[in-house]
Parts: sequence; structure tokens; C-alpha cells
Amino acid sequence: MSNVIFSNQLTDDEKYAHFMKRIEAGEKIEADDWMPDDYRLTLIKLISMHGISEIMGALPEKEWVPKAPSLKRKLGIMAKVQDEMGHGQLLLRVAEDLMKPLGKTREDIMADLFSGRLKFHNVFHMEAPTWGDAGLIGWLVDGAAIISQTNMLNASYGPYARALKRICAEEVFHAQHGEAIIMALAEGRKEQREMVQDAINRWWEALLMFFGPQDASTTGTSKQDITIKYRIRTKTNEQLRQDFFSKYIPRVRSLGLTLPDETMHYDEKQQKWVYQQPDWNRFKDIIKNNGPKSKDRLELRQTTYTENQWVRDALERSDSIG
Amino acid sequence: MKMGDEACKRALIELLYQLADDDFILAYRGSEWLGLAPHIEEDVAFSSISQDTMGHAAMFYQLLTDLGEGDVDQLAHARPSKERKNAILLEFVNGPGHYLSKPRYDWAFAVVRNYFYIQAKKIKMESLKNSSYEPLANVALKVNIELYYHLMHWRTWFVQLMNADQTARNRMETALTRAFADFDGVLSLGSFGVEMARYQLIEPEEMLKKKWEAYMQPVFDSVNLTMPVDFGKKSGDGRAGEHTADLDRALTILGEVYFEDPAAIW
Repeated sequence: MSNVIFSNQLTDDEKYAHFMKRIEAGEKIEADDWMPDDYRLTLIKLISMHGISEIMGALPEKEWVPKAPSLKRKLGIMAKVQDEMGHGQLLLRVAEDLMKPLGKTREDIMADLFSGRLKFHNVFHMEAPTWGDAGLIGWLVDGAAIISQTNMLNASYGPYARALKRICAEEVFHAQHGEAIIMALAEGRKEQREMVQDAINRWWEALLMFFGPQDASTTGTSKQDITIKYRIRTKTNEQLRQDFFSKYIPRVRSLGLTLPDETMHYDEKQQKWVYQQPDWNRFKDIIKNNGPKSKDRLELRQTTYTENQWVRDALERSDSIG
Repeated sequence: MKMGDEACKRALIELLYQLADDDFILAYRGSEWLGLAPHIEEDVAFSSISQDTMGHAAMFYQLLTDLGEGDVDQLAHARPSKERKNAILLEFVNGPGHYLSKPRYDWAFAVVRNYFYIQAKKIKMESLKNSSYEPLANVALKVNIELYYHLMHWRTWFVQLMNADQTARNRMETALTRAFADFDGVLSLGSFGVEMARYQLIEPEEMLKKKWEAYMQPVFDSVNLTMPVDFGKKSGDGRAGEHTADLDRALTILGEVYFEDPAAIW
């Protein structure tokens, strides 16, 4: 109690200094703690984008759930996509708590998604036309997600850090599920091997884009600096991309698969992978909902949201009666 | 069960096909809803239920494999619709549209169909726990545990929507009319039903039906709904291999990758 009275007497500058001291000491910030506005807004943007990406991320795989070629694979992909939905739910709850003081709710998140104000991850705007893509999403997209999320496991915002712990544990299973599909295809018949190679060729640029631009000079804006300052993440986009290369390029090559970038190599002197940059203008365009499947997937989400409005209305009314 | 008895084995195989095919097609209909449920919490819950249901189908197909009926994936993917034994009510589309494009799915129908089916399935599993065919009794025991949650889930939706506003009530009543018209097909054990009961594989169809009504009556009373005197088999007899074009379209999707190379390892 005395602590509350004390903090009420502080000026905003003093509160800010206290806040920075706490996060620099590795303390966790909780939903009801004082936090600077730009910290709150950065978290809302980051976490709602992450949450909605998990949900939109179910859509490219949705096609392959019933089409999975065996009962075992059907069960595997059903479990995986269900987990992704669960992650979306968990993250939206975290975002909702942060939005409460601003008078905003999940309805606003959905409205922002449909209007294009809230973006979802570049990879989920892409096509997934074969079973090979379904495997590759599990293997490399989830693999990339593990790298980027592990980077935030010690985030200064406690509720996000705790959600990520659970999410990362499950993502490991997804990456194994994806790897198993890819291995079966890579060790299979010629058509199956071609299926994987095509998927890699198709997804390579999107995977490079996954971690975001190196710095603001590439695309005009970048949230890296503020998220590092506020101890939400530790590594830069480029460091994460390099980690991804180090982990996965040897694995891709060991399966006898090639990368669609012949210049790709590890430079011993610079201690880093040298690669051809993706088209960052295309990246900007994709996340503005101009990717190959952006419109279709948003429309799918929106059709069903409208179609089910009566159910949400009914629940709301029966809640207010009950 | 005396496995040497051919009539008994035939009835058993028939029963297993019904159980497997029912779950397989309904799990598919559930998976079409993925990402399209009324809210995200429901998407998580419903996809978990569909996953369990597909798992049950896999266990029933496995029992058929063990009886020499062939490979599980062949049984699930490659049998044409005329060989399928699922109830027709379970194969109907979720609504107009495609699961990837402009789906105008009907949540009221999803709730009624799933609730009615899961209650029927629960009654069958309770009965199968005492089946003379022990491997089936063992599977029923496992399946039954998961059904407790499925049933609670769908019953909650059913009661809530039946008691909500007039729009919801009207939609539910439309769905109920459709479900009742073909619900006899779900409760039916088909033309081998008498043998199934004689060999104590499962209780007689009439008894299962009475139990279903007894479980449902208090719920119906609580939402002011009258139990129909009879259920129908309006669209045909799925247990006899009669099916609609909805099933053919579903099987094409379910087997799309499988048929690229049925002999390959996927």
C-alpha cells in the first residue's frame, strides 16, 4: 500500500527512471505496473501482431489438414494447427490486458486486422500449393519462429515472456513434425523430392524476409531499437537471420536439397553468411496485404466473422440475462 | 467372442466400419471449420475435439487392419463412397461454400449435429466397454474418457443457443429439423444389427435408441423442445452404402495427396 502512495507522488520522469532501473536489473513488468506509453504501445503492436499471425498462420496449413496423405500425418497436422490457434488465443489475451487502459478490446484487434492497420507476418501471405509446402512451413517457418521467439524469452514484460516459454516448447514439436514430413519426402520418390525442392525455392525469399530488414535504412522503419532498449529482445534482425542460416543451411544441404541462391556461403573472415538480399520493396508490399494470398485469407477470415455474428450476439445477450 | 464363427466376424467387421467411418467423416467436417469458428477460443476447442475424433477413427481402422481388412490408410482414404458405412447426417456439408473460399457455414447445424452424434457415440462406447470382442472393449474404454469433455462442450453450446435470442432459436430449430430427419441413420446399426447384439458385440439398436432419448429428454425439457416420436432416414441408409454427392466431394479432398502415390511413404 505504501508503495502505491509513494509511486503516485512521483513525477513521470521519476517513474520512468524507476521503470528503466527495474528492467535493467532484469525485473519483470506486470500488466498492472506503471509503464511508459511507448513501451505499452510497442508491446501492443508486437504482441497483437504475433497473436494474429498465429491465427492467420493456421490458414495456409488449413488446406492441408484434410489432405494430409495418411492418418498419422492428418493427426500430426491437426495437432499442430490446433496448437497455433492456442498460441493465438494466449497472445491475444496478453494483448487485451495491455489494451484495457486504452479502452480497447479484441473487437478492435479484429477490426484493425480487416482494415489493414494490424499487419500479420509476411510468411502467412504466401501460397502453399503442395503437401511439400505444408512440410516446409512446419520445418523452416516454425524453425525460424523458434529462433525469433527464443530471442524474447527473457522479455522484460512478464506475461509475454511466460506465454513465449509455453509457445517455444510447443514449436519444437512443430519443427519436428515438419522435419519428419520433409525427411519422408526427401528420401522418397523423384516426384516427392521435387515437391520439397519446389517448396524451398518458393519459400526462400519469404524466409529471408521472416526476420525483418537489417535496419531502418532498408524499409524506412524498424522497431528493433526500441525493443532492444526496453529489453523485450536482445538480438538484432540480422543476428537472428544469421542464426537461422547456421542452424538450417547445413540441414537443407544434407538432405541433398539446394538453395535458390548460388552466392550463399559462409565467410570465415567475416564470420557470417553472405547471401543475396530479398526484394525489400516487395516485403513492404506483402505486409500491406498485397501478397499473393493476403486478400483471400483476409476474406476467408472476414466472411466467417460476419457469418458468425449472430452467434456472438446470442452469447452476449444470454450472458447479460444469465 | 468365438472368432471361428464367420457370422460373428462379419457382424464385427460391419460394426467397426460404421464406427470408423462415422468418426472419420465427422472429424473431416470438423477440420473444415478450422479457423472459421465463432471465436478463437472455440477454434481451439473444436479443433481439439476433431483431432480426438480423427484419432478414434484411426483406432477403429486399426482394429479392422488387425482383422485382415487391409492397411489403415487404404481403409481411410481409398474406399469408394458405396463401401462407406457412415451415417448420412455426418457427411452433409457444413454449409454453402468451400472450406478455403467463401464458406458460409452454419454454426447451429454444427452444434446440433455434433451434440446429437457425440451423445449417441457415448452411449455406444458405454455399451462397447462390455463387448465380447475384447480389443474393441479396450478401445471403447479409451475413447469414452475423451467423450466426456466433448459431450459437455456441445451440450453447453446447445443449451446456450437454444435459450438465447429469437434469431438463435430460429436457426437452431431449422438445424434440428434437418438433424431429426436423418438421425435414425446415426442410431442405426444396419442390417447386421441383430447379429451384433446376438454375439454381444454391442447392445441392440432399440436399446441404444431408448438410452439416447433418456439422456436427451431432460436437456430437451430444459430448453422447451419436444422429443419427436420418430427420427427419419430421409436422405438414405448410410449403413447400407447409400450416400450423397457431399461424401464423394469430401473423399476426393481427403485422398488428394494419398492418391498421388498410394504406394509411397509419406
